[in-house]
Amino acid sequence: MASKLVRHRHLRALSSSSISINNHIRSPHFSNPNRAPLSFSYRLFSNASSSSSSSGGFQRPSSLKDLELAKFAAIAETWWDSEGPFKPLHVMNPTRLAFIRSTLCRHFSKDPNSAKPFEGLKIVDVGCGGGILSEPLARMGATVTGVDAVEKNIKIARIHADLDPVTSTIEYCCTTAEKLVEEDRKFDAVIALEVIEHVANPAEFCKSLAALTVPDGATVISTINRSMRSYATAIVAAEYLLHWLPKGTHEWSSFLTPEELVLILQRANITVREMAGFVYNPLTGRWSLSDDISVNFIAFGTKNCQ
Amino acid sequence: MDFICGCGGYCLWVIARKLYVNVSRLKVRHKRSCTDAATRVSGEETHDLSNNIQHYDIAIVGGGMVGMALVCSLASMPLTKHLNVAIIDSNPALGSRPYFNKDNPPDPRVSTVTPATISFFKDVGAWQYIEQHRHAYFDKMQDTQANAQDINKEVLGCVVENKVLHGSLLSCIENTDFQKTIYPFRLSSMTLPPSPSSLGMGSTSSRPPLSSQRHLAKLELSDGNSLYTKLVVGADGGKSRVRELAGFKTTGWNYSQNAIICTVEHTVENGCAWQRFLHAGPIALLPMGDNFSNIVWTMNPKESTNRKLMNEDEFVKDLNNALDYGYGPHPTSSLFGSGEMFSWPRTGVTLSANDCFEVPPKVVKLASERMVFPLSLRHASDYVSKHVVLIGDAAHTVHPLAGQGVNMGFGDAFALSRVIAEGIAVGSDIGEVTVLKKYEAERKPANIMRMAILDGFQRACSVDFGPLNILRAAALHGAHFISPLKRSIISYASGEQKLPLFT
Repeated sequence: MASKLVRHRHLRALSSSSISINNHIRSPHFSNPNRAPLSFSYRLFSNASSSSSSSGGFQRPSSLKDLELAKFAAIAETWWDSEGPFKPLHVMNPTRLAFIRSTLCRHFSKDPNSAKPFEGLKIVDVGCGGGILSEPLARMGATVTGVDAVEKNIKIARIHADLDPVTSTIEYCCTTAEKLVEEDRKFDAVIALEVIEHVANPAEFCKSLAALTVPDGATVISTINRSMRSYATAIVAAEYLLHWLPKGTHEWSSFLTPEELVLILQRANITVREMAGFVYNPLTGRWSLSDDISVNFIAFGTKNCQ
Repeated sequence: MDFICGCGGYCLWVIARKLYVNVSRLKVRHKRSCTDAATRVSGEETHDLSNNIQHYDIAIVGGGMVGMALVCSLASMPLTKHLNVAIIDSNPALGSRPYFNKDNPPDPRVSTVTPATISFFKDVGAWQYIEQHRHAYFDKMQDTQANAQDINKEVLGCVVENKVLHGSLLSCIENTDFQKTIYPFRLSSMTLPPSPSSLGMGSTSSRPPLSSQRHLAKLELSDGNSLYTKLVVGADGGKSRVRELAGFKTTGWNYSQNAIICTVEHTVENGCAWQRFLHAGPIALLPMGDNFSNIVWTMNPKESTNRKLMNEDEFVKDLNNALDYGYGPHPTSSLFGSGEMFSWPRTGVTLSANDCFEVPPKVVKLASERMVFPLSLRHASDYVSKHVVLIGDAAHTVHPLAGQGVNMGFGDAFALSRVIAEGIAVGSDIGEVTVLKKYEAERKPANIMRMAILDGFQRACSVDFGPLNILRAAALHGAHFISPLKRSIISYASGEQKLPLFT
């Protein structure tokens, strides 16, 4: 149900703790064994109890490093625990990827029977979260950049991606689409799934996505429709009946209808070519692609060549 | 006091300086982290590879018919043919080219392959090799007087020696450039990646807990070699070591029956598969081509020991007796009168009530040694867990009475390869449970259904009690005459239909 989707996004939004300078210093996880001074400094800046005296810093560096990594690793596993709170996203992921695979293969004239059809393509995953979409894209051969405004998510994504040599080439950045535009980055495909309903100004967001796309490149956006059915599932069912989300989590008014999305993308110089809906079958517990765009839908567009 | 203050001050200065150095180092690194990911990690990778342990995508433990069917299927699909596979089996025959001496009498280990399995084999391109060697199609099954014409098929099944099936799969693989490595050793132990809960905070292990092998399974072999793999496939038979090491629970029971298997010779060619349900258990006669047939005779353990030890001529006499004479009524015996009772109007039935029960061809000679196997039913409660999946007899063992066992295994192998291909198409990690669960959801209900029916059938047929014997004969006879039911039974037994009866 859309409510489950909504729940995971809520979790992601909630996990954005204050991005303080402390986090920045503590953040980067590097598996270089010479990082002893890093853990030294972590101890001093940490909010843990005995940090007042300097003697707290004289711990064995290796165990502290393990401590930090293990702590993030435990959280990472929850994100990546396919039976955990993010289960609906994991279950839905293959369906989203099927749509992306088929539209991108057709657009870039790639062999649909190849195991790595996206070889040579540069793709950016805007709002990547823990990297649930970025990793399969990397396995399909793409050069992937994952960006997310939440520092914690980037850390989690980095830890998990480093486990497999194929996905360790993913570049993760804690930044926003606008900042990437300022850095003048360009990608063959820009993918922003379940993000646009959270941004303040969808039109500006679409303009940023368009600016990141090369001419005749691909832009893929997925979101929830603003319809009576989505109100019933995402707001009433999720928040008031099943209590999966605190009341008032979502502004139904901030959902976009497919027509509105097509319009703002058109104004950003992107022409929507294909659209599909996701439907959930509660009996089999599986998502599938369909023509029903009344709740969850995904749109594929191409940037107009100037 | 001054001294202490001085020391404290000095320490603070040292700390502050180190901090400054770190912060500036970190700032630089943080800015570059976005682009340095690749170089950073490749250093780590080299460190692990220098341990000289091979990495594979899939490790198949057990290179028998079902294991090789999986390899063959993976080799034939464009999405999976790039995979790097290890096969672990201590059977020396795996390494050499298959060679068949046509003059030898057929091996008593045979299997009856259903039309569904035949079409799988044709899809992967292995059936052409079987046709070059001894095999026997049969289009009639003489226990329910079932006939292939009833389901508009050419054949009901084909009897093939196991070594021919195996060899044909090997030949098929040899003709592709599929990357496979055979390890002629036994599996001694298996280490699966740790679960989230074991990432303790107090970990003081010398190895960093997040090494890049944390997402891989590690197999240790009997010669001391190790290998890493994303997915372990247990295709190692009823006494599966993989199943044991991975901790899968099984349910099941031993039938108080053994089966005697042997090859026999006739004076004429046999084109029909025969099965009789005797009170101690069924006896089946399966054509193998060239005047040879295979016998699968189920009986209680004491009789099986006797029959194995008795001399050849006595055994042949006993065999002919069992196939034809004594031991229960013929379906057209006078118990039911002349058969007029069954002259209901039937649509599309090709056999009439007046067809007699044909007599199986007489056995003239024993052509192989007699092998005895205890029979049991066993089913693993789960087929998959993270990084491990079971196929074939490792997942389920059945009674041989309907020749279904290996066909279920082939069904598993081809279903698993398709699920793996679908997972690769959307970039999934093939060791992930969400991907593997699709295989289990497809195969488990089908297998359990089949096993329940076979078990029910076996139990019904092994009770020797007068009225029940009559009922059984009537049921079998009745099934013969009730056309839709018979069609369903044939269709199901030949692997065409998923759900039996009434669909």
